[in-house]
Amino acid sequence: MNTPIAVDARNIGKIYATGKDAVTALGDVSISIEKGEFFTLLGPSGCGKTTLLRCIAGFETPTSGSIHLSGRDITYIPPNQRPVNTVFQSYALFPHLSVAQNVGFGLKMLGKPAGDVAKAVARVLALVKLEDFADRLPQQLSGGQQQRVALARALAPEPEVLLLDEPLSALDLKLRKEMQSELKRLQTETGITFVFVTHDQEEALTMSNRIGVMSQGELLQVGTPHDIYEHPVNRFVADFIGETNFLEGVVEGHQVRIGTGDALDVVLDGQVGAVTLAIRPEQVSLTTAGAGIAAQIAETTYLGTDTHYDLKLGDGSHIIARVQSKSAGTFNVGDTVSIAIDAKAVQVLKS
Amino acid sequence: MNKKRAFDVTTLPGFTFIAILSFVLLYAPIATLVIYSFNGGNSVNQWGGFSLQWYVVAFNNQAVQDATVRSLIIALWASVISTTVAMMAALGTTRRGRFKGQTAIYMIINQPLMVPEIVTAVALLIFFSSVKIATGYTGLGYLILAHSAFCVPFAYLPIKARLEGMDTSMETAAADLYATPWQTFRYVTLPLLLPGVIAGAMLAFIISLDNVIITEFVKSAGQDTLPTYMLGQLRRALTPEVNAISTALLALTVLILIAFVFLTKKRE
Amino acid sequence: MKGNGAQRSKGANGWLLSAPALVLLVFAASGPLLIVAVYSVLEKGDYSGVRWILSGDGWFRVLFERDIFDQTVSFADANLSIFWRSVKLSIATTLITFAFGLPTAWFIATRPAKSRAFWLFLITIPFWTNLLIRTFAIMEVIRNEGILNTALINAGLISEPIQILYTDTAVLIGMAYVYLPLMVLPLYAAIDRFDFRLIEAGYDLYASRLQVLRGVILPIIKPGIIAGSILVFIPSLGAYVTPRVLGGGKNMMIGNFIELQFGQGQNWPLGAALSTLLLLVVLVSLLVYTRVSSRDTPHE
Ligand SMILES: Nc1ncnc2c1ncn2[C@@H]1O[C@H](COP(=O)(O)OP(=O)(O)O)[C@@H](O)[C@H]1O
Ligand SMILES: [Mg+2]
Repeated sequence: MNTPIAVDARNIGKIYATGKDAVTALGDVSISIEKGEFFTLLGPSGCGKTTLLRCIAGFETPTSGSIHLSGRDITYIPPNQRPVNTVFQSYALFPHLSVAQNVGFGLKMLGKPAGDVAKAVARVLALVKLEDFADRLPQQLSGGQQQRVALARALAPEPEVLLLDEPLSALDLKLRKEMQSELKRLQTETGITFVFVTHDQEEALTMSNRIGVMSQGELLQVGTPHDIYEHPVNRFVADFIGETNFLEGVVEGHQVRIGTGDALDVVLDGQVGAVTLAIRPEQVSLTTAGAGIAAQIAETTYLGTDTHYDLKLGDGSHIIARVQSKSAGTFNVGDTVSIAIDAKAVQVLKS
Repeated sequence: MNKKRAFDVTTLPGFTFIAILSFVLLYAPIATLVIYSFNGGNSVNQWGGFSLQWYVVAFNNQAVQDATVRSLIIALWASVISTTVAMMAALGTTRRGRFKGQTAIYMIINQPLMVPEIVTAVALLIFFSSVKIATGYTGLGYLILAHSAFCVPFAYLPIKARLEGMDTSMETAAADLYATPWQTFRYVTLPLLLPGVIAGAMLAFIISLDNVIITEFVKSAGQDTLPTYMLGQLRRALTPEVNAISTALLALTVLILIAFVFLTKKRE
Repeated sequence: MKGNGAQRSKGANGWLLSAPALVLLVFAASGPLLIVAVYSVLEKGDYSGVRWILSGDGWFRVLFERDIFDQTVSFADANLSIFWRSVKLSIATTLITFAFGLPTAWFIATRPAKSRAFWLFLITIPFWTNLLIRTFAIMEVIRNEGILNTALINAGLISEPIQILYTDTAVLIGMAYVYLPLMVLPLYAAIDRFDFRLIEAGYDLYASRLQVLRGVILPIIKPGIIAGSILVFIPSLGAYVTPRVLGGGKNMMIGNFIELQFGQGQNWPLGAALSTLLLLVVLVSLLVYTRVSSRDTPHE
């Protein structure tokens, strides 16, 4: 509450078209993005991330709800009057303008004197390390360079909020990793609030201060990467963020009895009745025999540092274990093993 | 599609022969016409040595001069007017999603492509002759107006094609960067659209310059354009002068077409 | 409500921006067509023009004539022969241009990507060249003293020049010549989109070349064939310049017949009725075309 809020979206709903081909892109989304944070909207394709971003930018008007920028209601303000800039997924660089003209476009439209524009352009181009390309046309640049121009163009007017719609999706893996740290650096240096959209959970986890996970037009959970990974609020979030095993069970005292008849120790938070247990594969440890849940190795996949084991439990259900290749002894298909899971590593979700 | 194959599936027996024959048949008459424009003799089919005399004759012919100037004035006005209104219509019909009545607009704009020219010519004859009586005005305005109208679809098509190939994200980006709708048009849409606009204007210019039927029906006495002048000449004894005029007109058309091809190609 | 408002203003802007074009076209192209329809049901003026009295005489005279003396009604044979010639020549023109146009379009579409633009350009030049110039060029070739007859005489094949000019044949040659590009371009567009692997599949399934042409190629490029036929048939039916220059005064087509009615002392209502009739025929063909082609699209 003490950090000032940059973007405050209240009960945003967005329905495209009307009548029988209406599409509900956003159900009822409320979100508060703090000043100076790197906020990521994460969700599968088609869940409404772009729509939410376009509502903030002003390209779409929400069907219901309101959007506030630093306390001012901007719901019906046209995009050219919002101190918000966008880095488009397709870059949308003006092909008839040079790199410098592209970067200076916003300031020129704001009526800034030519001298000031030139100075700002030089400064921002230096920031994205493109000083030497000022007079090129966008189509004479590589994909990564075009990406930087798009970024520079959106940063030049020094917006209150910078919106980035899957800006890295068109780059190859190596360049993407580079740009991730580059973006993080720019965000820290400029102190501008970044709202970043991606469907890549790894990207979201490494870059963000906070993440909002979306699905089918709804915001499911907002939290730090650690929160979201370790304490997903439901099955969808757990499944979407990293690999997860799910086991159905029933609460019995301080334990949960699963389908095999085994009872697992868990940390309960008042849950009763039927529950779903979410367990990360790296939290499943294997021993040759002993106490714990008995399982049989159905398949092994060697992944370099790690090895994946597909384990078949007594009731026929499967569970994945991810074990460091060096640490444990190796198991073969058909071996019978015993599974142990730390109580604190088990997330208990309502079924 | 054209990879070398032992058995070329893209070949059909006799097709290549007929295709080449078609090209020969298409160009032989035009080539003859051009060649005889340089004839030193008086005939359009008896070769009398190379000479540019018929170009000189045509150039010094007062009626040809007048008709040429009239054709150019009309074509210039018609291309400017039709391109302007076509550009506005293209902007109105392409960049804003579907709206009610769009099909009706398309129909009206493309109407000159569908209605037989002779019918339009007759209609304009009837309409303008009563306007002439009512207003007393008999200038070139009627021809300019008629030409502007039937040039609209020819100007509209390349502009519309260009607009449809243009990502709307350009305008979105401009709006995001604080451009007002007018600034967006002035600094982004128009510069990107310009090749399409020029291409449209060139097609309109050619179409106006070539028109015979509507001009023949709408013109008042003494308002011959180059094509209607030539149509009148065809009824008399032919001299290579007509060939010379045709060749000049042909050269102009080809030049404009080449420019058009380069202009529309550049966008890729 | 907000969305609806945006929707409505989109439409309003669309109409507003299109308005100048629409006004121009309604004033100098579409609107006057209505006047023609009105004139067709008025009474013929004494000298020319019309009298504002309702009359079916214009339409009556399209097909019939009345004997001046005994008022007996009979078919207007002259008119009927003009209609018949127009339809016959237009159909023949369409068939000839198709016979030449299909191989030409196929040839262009199967050129390597680089030279394809060149061949296409060669077809485009005549397309944009003045119709009168092209008609004139053909005329110089087929006239009695033209290169065709001269060449045939020099070769000893004939002793007297063949009279081609001012016959139906001349009109047919001329129309096929000037409208060939209109057939080639849509055919090319259809063949260009054609997936040549389908031919391979055809051969793979033991089809002969003719069977591949009839069973695979023609059905798939049918929309292009229909478009090309319409594009040739409609201007052929309304042709004016080519029959006037190559057909002479006798071998009139509907276009020339219409013009005749608007001369001094002629029958404007009849001319207007003929124009309206021609327009209706064309619109019906277009309607059939859009029906057929929209029915064909899902197959693509
Ligand atoms: N302009 C539009 N008209 C109709 N439906 C749209 C439009 N834009 C997006 N949608 C629909 O809204 C939903 C959310 O889309 P979007 O916000 O683009 O998702 P994301 O960016 O998360 O992939 C999708 O079902 C999409 O098909
Ligand atoms: Mg998206």
